[in-house]
Amino acid sequence: MTPLLQVEGLSKFYGQRVGCADVSFDLYPGEVMGIVGESGSGKSTLLNCMAGHLPPDTGQVLFNTRTDGMRDTVTMSEPERRMLGRTDWAFVHQHARDGLRMNVSAGGNVGERLMAVGARHYGDIRDQAIDWLGRVEIAADRIDDRPRQFSGGMQQRLQIARNLVTGPRLVFMDEPTGGLDVSVQARLLDLLRGLVREMGLSAIIVTHDLAVVRLLADRLMVMKDGHVVETGLTDQVLDDPQHAYSQLLVSSVLQV
Amino acid sequence: MTHSTPIRNCWCRVCCRCDEQDKPEAFGKKKMNMIRVEDVAKSFVLHNQGSAVIPVMHGASLTVSTGECVALVGASGAGKSTLMRMIYGNYTTQAGQIMVGDVDVASAPPRDVLALRRETLGYVSQFLRVVPRVPTIDVVSEPLRAVGVDAEQADARARDLLMMLNIPERLWSLSPTTFSGGEQQRVNIARGFVYDYPAMLLDEPTASLDATNRAVVLELIERAKARGAAIIGIFHDEAARTQVCDREVDVSLFTPERAA
Repeated sequence: MTPLLQVEGLSKFYGQRVGCADVSFDLYPGEVMGIVGESGSGKSTLLNCMAGHLPPDTGQVLFNTRTDGMRDTVTMSEPERRMLGRTDWAFVHQHARDGLRMNVSAGGNVGERLMAVGARHYGDIRDQAIDWLGRVEIAADRIDDRPRQFSGGMQQRLQIARNLVTGPRLVFMDEPTGGLDVSVQARLLDLLRGLVREMGLSAIIVTHDLAVVRLLADRLMVMKDGHVVETGLTDQVLDDPQHAYSQLLVSSVLQV
Repeated sequence: MTHSTPIRNCWCRVCCRCDEQDKPEAFGKKKMNMIRVEDVAKSFVLHNQGSAVIPVMHGASLTVSTGECVALVGASGAGKSTLMRMIYGNYTTQAGQIMVGDVDVASAPPRDVLALRRETLGYVSQFLRVVPRVPTIDVVSEPLRAVGVDAEQADARARDLLMMLNIPERLWSLSPTTFSGGEQQRVNIARGFVYDYPAMLLDEPTASLDATNRAVVLELIERAKARGAAIIGIFHDEAARTQVCDREVDVSLFTPERAA
C-alpha cells in the first residue's frame, strides 16, 4: 500500500530559532498519528507546515492525490494547494472560531465547504448540512443559528462537521479537545473515533493531552525543542518510553 | 459461509467470516509454530532517575504452536507480564526475535504491528481501557468492526458473548466505565474473544471472577484452542492453569540475576 502522506526532512526556522527540524515520517490510509510535546516544542509549527499554512524552509510534504499520485504540496501552486485544502484535506483548529465563520449560520458554515467543491442545489446542500449536524449531535432546529449562539463544545463539533462534509482523506487537528470540559471532551473523542473508522480517515492530531492520544492515535511522535525525539506505537511510547524526555512527559501525568 | 469481504490472514477453522474451504492446508491439520520467541532480552533505562539500568529479561525463548496453550509461570516480578507485553509490542525488545505468524514484533514498523494486532494477535489485559461514553456492546464488537465485519453481524456476535459471560442485557447500552471490577473484566474478555484471533495473549483472564464465569472463560479458551489458536496465558489460579494449559514456561529462568 502506498502512503497517503510522506513527510521528508521538513524544517522550519524562525530566524535563529528552530520551529521544527528535519521531521520525516509516512502516514498510511486509515492511520491516526498523534504528535505530543510541551508548549513550544514545535508541534503546531510542524502541523501548519504540513497543512500548507506555513511555508517550510526545507523538506517535502508528499501527498497521494486522487488524480496525479504523489505530489509535493510544498512546491505545488497556491490554487492547487487551496483546492486540496477544501477537498481532500481538512483542518480542525483548536479554537473553533478560527475555523468557522461566526456571522454565518451553522448550516451555512457546513454548506460553504460543499459549495466550494461545486455543489449548487440549495435543497441538497441543506439536507447534507442537516445530516452532518445530526452526526455531530447538533439538533436540526439549530441549523439557522449562528455559531456565536453555540456553546464551546457545540462550536467545536460544528467545526468538525464543516471539515468532514466534503469527505476529506486527511484531517489535521490542532488540540481538538483543548479548552473543553471533560464530559464534552469524551463525547468529542467518541465522535472522532467513530468518524475515523467509518470514513477510513487518516488524521494527524497535535495535542499535549496524553490520554487523548492514547484513545485516538495508533502511532505517536514525541517532540522536544523542534526535534522528534521518539516515535512508535502509541501504547508502546506511553508504556515503555525510551527517550529521557518521553519518560519525563509520561511520568509527569497526574493520576486521576 | 462466505463473507463479502474475506479477512486477510484469517487462519482459523471456525471463523464464520472467511471461506475456509478456500485454503484447507492453512487449518489445524498440521501443527505449526504460531508464536516463536528467540533469545530475547530487555532492560529498562530510567533516564530521570540517575539513568539507572534495570535488566529484566535475558535469553528468553519459547514457542507456541497452533492449538496449544502455554502458561507463563514464575514469582511475582519475574517478568511474566513484561514478556507478554513484549510479544504484543507494547514493550520494546532490545535483542532477539519475536515471531508471531510471519511478523517479527521486535523489529516490525508500527504499521505492521497494528495490522498484526487487528488480524492475528489478540490480547486480554487485566484492565479495561475504553473511550468514555461508548456503550458496552460497541466496545465488545469493535475488534470485529475493525476487520470489516458489518455492524449487524458484529453486534450479534458481541451479544452472544456478553450473554455467555452473564453481563445483564440492561447494561449493554451503557458505558463499561461505571461497571464493577468483575463486570469490566468480563467485558474485556468478551472483547478479546469476539474475533477469532489465530494467536492470543491472556493476562490473568480468570482473576476476580466467580466460579460460574470462570468456567465460561475456561470454556472460551478451550474452544479457541480447538479452532487452532495459539495461546499464551498467565494464570495465578492453579486449577485453571492445569485445566487449559498444555505446558508451563518458567519465566524466572530468563531473569538476568538467576541466569548469570
